[in-house]
Amino acid sequence: MTLERDQVAHVAMLARLGLSDQDLERYREQLDAILAHVDRLQQVDTSRVGETAQIGGLVNAWREDERRECLPVEAALANAPRRRRDHFEVGAIQE
Amino acid sequence: MTPRTVAELGASLRRGETSPAELAAASRGALESLAPLHPVLRYTDELTERQAARAARTLAEAPETAGPLCGIPFAYKDVLCVEGVETTAGSRILQGYVPPYTGTAVGRLLDAGAVPVAVTNCDEFAMGSSNENSAFGPVGNPWDPSRVPGGSSGGSAAVVAAGAVPFSLGTDTGGSIRQPASFCGVAGFKPTYGRVSRYGLIAFASSLDQIGPFARSVDDVARVFTAMAGHDPRDSTSSPTEVEPVDEQLERGVAGLRLGVPHEYMTEGLEPGVRTAVESALALLEKLGATLEEVSLPSTPAALSTYYIIAPAECSANLARMDGVRFGFHVDRPSLTDSYLETRGQGFGPEVKRRVMLGTYALSSGYYDAYYRKAQKVRTLIAEEFDRAFEKVDALVCPTSPIVAFPKGERSDPLSMYLCDVLTLPVNLAGLPGISVPCGLSEGLPVGLQVIGPRFQDARVLRVAHAYQGATAWHEAPPPPAPGAGSPTS
Repeated sequence: MTLERDQVAHVAMLARLGLSDQDLERYREQLDAILAHVDRLQQVDTSRVGETAQIGGLVNAWREDERRECLPVEAALANAPRRRRDHFEVGAIQE
Repeated sequence: MTPRTVAELGASLRRGETSPAELAAASRGALESLAPLHPVLRYTDELTERQAARAARTLAEAPETAGPLCGIPFAYKDVLCVEGVETTAGSRILQGYVPPYTGTAVGRLLDAGAVPVAVTNCDEFAMGSSNENSAFGPVGNPWDPSRVPGGSSGGSAAVVAAGAVPFSLGTDTGGSIRQPASFCGVAGFKPTYGRVSRYGLIAFASSLDQIGPFARSVDDVARVFTAMAGHDPRDSTSSPTEVEPVDEQLERGVAGLRLGVPHEYMTEGLEPGVRTAVESALALLEKLGATLEEVSLPSTPAALSTYYIIAPAECSANLARMDGVRFGFHVDRPSLTDSYLETRGQGFGPEVKRRVMLGTYALSSGYYDAYYRKAQKVRTLIAEEFDRAFEKVDALVCPTSPIVAFPKGERSDPLSMYLCDVLTLPVNLAGLPGISVPCGLSEGLPVGLQVIGPRFQDARVLRVAHAYQGATAWHEAPPPPAPGAGSPTS
């Protein structure tokens, strides 16, 4: 299969990566080559196995639903590029 | 000459011949002299001073409580969060980020009295096999500065290889500890998945990432591992399985052990010098009393593809938090979407963007089944094949990398870079413990022997590697003063 430029632009938008036209073309070529390699997965017979997401055999890790100590507001906001009072500040979500 | 191992430095501290502050200052001086190789991103100044004082107090007032790491200087990879110390994951997008908390692995070392001195350079977000993807510049290999130290934990491997610190911490998602250990001629250990807490590790691929140590001797690796290992309620993937004490097993040797040699790992385009060095290592293990047996891991050729779907998929999700809103680099735009696009477009380097896009694609509607779900199934097959091999043998022995350290700039094509990890990444997919120890030179550059064990048999892996080091001197060989010169004095 060949990756189209529109698909790469769509993926870049989904991933919120601002890319130049030149970047888009370069990534299209590179991702195309990587996907061509990765496509050999399709030849592996996996009909008798399930998926593995957790290799250590853990199923769930629970804890009591209790209030615990958390970061103080000042510590949590210390790295904020933009801040208003006790909040992170962002630009407009809708114009 | 300054003693190099944790054991030697510890003995010297206990005899009162030196102090934690003196050792830290000596390490600092040695690290500064490595500046042309660029393995250090920053020094931990204030924390170093505080920890050295704390260790000195313990040694003076309660020496019986001082463990083997008390007062020992170390360096750690720039992906481990430490309160008050800038942590950037080798990325522009986290420049200036100062974590408000300390992760468990480093935290446990601090509790053991170890003294951090420096934060080491690495590939951006631990994505790379050469350390050329750091936003702050590449690292040179102490054996030949024109060559890469391996990656992604290249800085951590280089500072131990150069003898500037007795140990360091790295992280390994597809080989990022073992491959640089191999390239730099030191020991590097990736524990069983879930054995060392990932709390405070800036996540790359959460189902694969593990923190582990670099040192010259396996003995030292075992000491650092022991201090960090064990369940941590703050990492939900941390295993509650009890940690098997390493020191009970370490000295048992390999006599009577069955060691498997995976057929597929000896055929995948090994450089001749790598093959020769590894084959002599295998012969030596046999001479030490181990039985060698060929085993087969037939899905090995599919492992690279599996990894390069699963790891990018997880990274695309993990790196979504790098949005310029709560921390790090930020490009101000009137609309939030434009701010995201610009912040991430300018903040991430090319390899990170490539993997984020690859992962986003593999997880996107219409491709999820064909890529991500399929890769997770092949992952099951790969893990099962290892499990079956371990029914016949106690551990596997093979090369860490098919090649030795290559010249900077040689692998500019992403796929050729990914192929570097072909012998290490299956171990992450299967969640197994694996170590690389130096086993010879090929054209003057170090070759690594990899030992792989069943899940939670970390102690057995260390035992085999330790037995090998007991009969060889490769791990004592420092890098030559000039490229290509010198050989070990065994």
